[in-house]
Amino acid sequence: MQTGLAQEATLLRKAHRQNIVLRFVRRYPLGAFGAGVLLVFAAAAVFADQLAPHDPIANNFAVMFRPPSPEYPLGTDNFGRDVLSRIIFGARTALLVAFTSSFVGATLGALLGVISAHFGGWVDDLIQRITDVILAFPLIILALAMVAALGTGTLNVIIAITIPMIPRVSRVIRASALALREMPFVEAARALGASDARIILFHLLPNVVAPYLVMLTAFLGQAILLEASLSFLGLGVAEPTPAWGLMLRGAATQFAERAPWLALAPGMAISLGVFAFNLLGDALRDALDPRLRL
Amino acid sequence: MQRYLISRLLMTIPTLFGVAVITFILLRLIPGDIVMLRYGTGALVSEDVLRAERARYGLDKPLHEQFVNWLWGLVRGDLGLSMWTGKPVAYEVAIRLELTLQLAIMATIIAVTLAIPLGTLAAVKQNTWVDYAVRVFSIAGLAMPSFWLGILMILLLLIFFRWSPPVVFTPFWKDPLANLTQLIWPALAVGYRYSAVSTRMMRSALLEVLREDYIRTARAKGLVEYLVIIRHGVRNALLPVVTVIGLEFAFLIGGLVVTEQVFNLNGLGKLIVEAISRRDYTMTQALIMLSAAVFVFVNFLLDLCYMWLDPRIRYR
Repeated sequence: MQTGLAQEATLLRKAHRQNIVLRFVRRYPLGAFGAGVLLVFAAAAVFADQLAPHDPIANNFAVMFRPPSPEYPLGTDNFGRDVLSRIIFGARTALLVAFTSSFVGATLGALLGVISAHFGGWVDDLIQRITDVILAFPLIILALAMVAALGTGTLNVIIAITIPMIPRVSRVIRASALALREMPFVEAARALGASDARIILFHLLPNVVAPYLVMLTAFLGQAILLEASLSFLGLGVAEPTPAWGLMLRGAATQFAERAPWLALAPGMAISLGVFAFNLLGDALRDALDPRLRL
Repeated sequence: MQRYLISRLLMTIPTLFGVAVITFILLRLIPGDIVMLRYGTGALVSEDVLRAERARYGLDKPLHEQFVNWLWGLVRGDLGLSMWTGKPVAYEVAIRLELTLQLAIMATIIAVTLAIPLGTLAAVKQNTWVDYAVRVFSIAGLAMPSFWLGILMILLLLIFFRWSPPVVFTPFWKDPLANLTQLIWPALAVGYRYSAVSTRMMRSALLEVLREDYIRTARAKGLVEYLVIIRHGVRNALLPVVTVIGLEFAFLIGGLVVTEQVFNLNGLGKLIVEAISRRDYTMTQALIMLSAAVFVFVNFLLDLCYMWLDPRIRYR
């Protein structure tokens, strides 16, 4: 049992938390809309097995190219697979790729950026030169070549999207960390004899959380786009895994006139997902780090 | 300043060298080579033939020797022969460069003409419905994959005008009208995204500038508002916008991969996908080096631009 005072404190904390959510919704309606859409997508991804009306993979040649109907709300494709079910399961693929690659990419990027700023000198030079090199590759081509080298498949796509992301994040984080390095509290820690690891982990990293979160959300949308592009080129997620970009490949363009729903639904899903992530990302940027230009 | 420019140019050499190393290694990591792809892994061709073929492409030499040979060629400006077609890489690139370059320029024109007025409008009318409309328009541009936009365009053009993208590219100097009707659609598909990135940058840069003291001074001395915005605001906000436009342009040269696929355009982007899947090492290496070189060069030009646009910037 909680004592009266503790209970009151919990209630207050809860009220405060609700307040933050409410304030966010009121100040950033577009961001809140984005968050709402993403919750729907996340729910679709998590409960895909329960939500999807049909098997997303099984072929059923008796019902090829069916236009949208109550039985198949978004129609069927050239293998007689239900488009809606494939969209729902596609959310799983898209979000898995997006979250994993953005989280890993942003975290490694932040770590590298902070290390680069903290040590300076040759460490900084080395990291910056490598960053220069990776940034000189067009994003899509680097990802393309990496998938070609690693082979298609969800894990390899994640790796191919993560690597080009790291230098982009590290640049931004390094700039923030450079300013922090001169702050009195970092100097104080250094004067107290704190180790490099301690300064990096406890003083620098917690203070770059704002740009980190902003970069992370910004990349979520980009990762979905990149995955869709790679899958569309046939160098991404491999059939029969349901993925939005993959659904736009082949039949969708070949039979565009006969079965336009094949091209419409997956494209809408990609656009809506990226749109929502960007709305949320913008709101987060305005709330956390308005000077960051993304 | 001259010294800065020279050292800045010299700095690009290690970057390009790094690109060369990564490209070379990455390509050799892709399973299989062109000989295997051509003759298959079956026993149809004898080992001797395969060995002779590999020797013809220089693939039998140790990797470091292959790398040094290629690099030496690059330094002399010799890109070698395409492994797939046997024609010089420079020739294969040259016949496609026109298309990709024209597409990139058209997309840039679309982006700039949309981005600067829209971004300015959104910043001046911050937090009104105008601002919201522009922001939603530009975030939508970031969200829609250009290849899907392309598919939709082709679909609509087919339904309403019974028009489908021609298989052969008509150069501008041969038939400007046919050329433009062919390229305007992919240019729009790419340009929308491009304009979205630039619009957002224009808006946020102008918002920042409008908070500066000299804007207040300009207003205080009684300057008409639109002149304050244009002469003092937009001009000073252009710097980051020019950066975005330049970098996006650089990426278009090598990165139009998906759009060219959708519109069936035989440009550099399509070429690189084909070259990778054919294990055409010489071709792929050349194309990646080309796009990296364009990127590095554009960055250099941007630095020059900074000095010209913002006299406060003096490099040492």
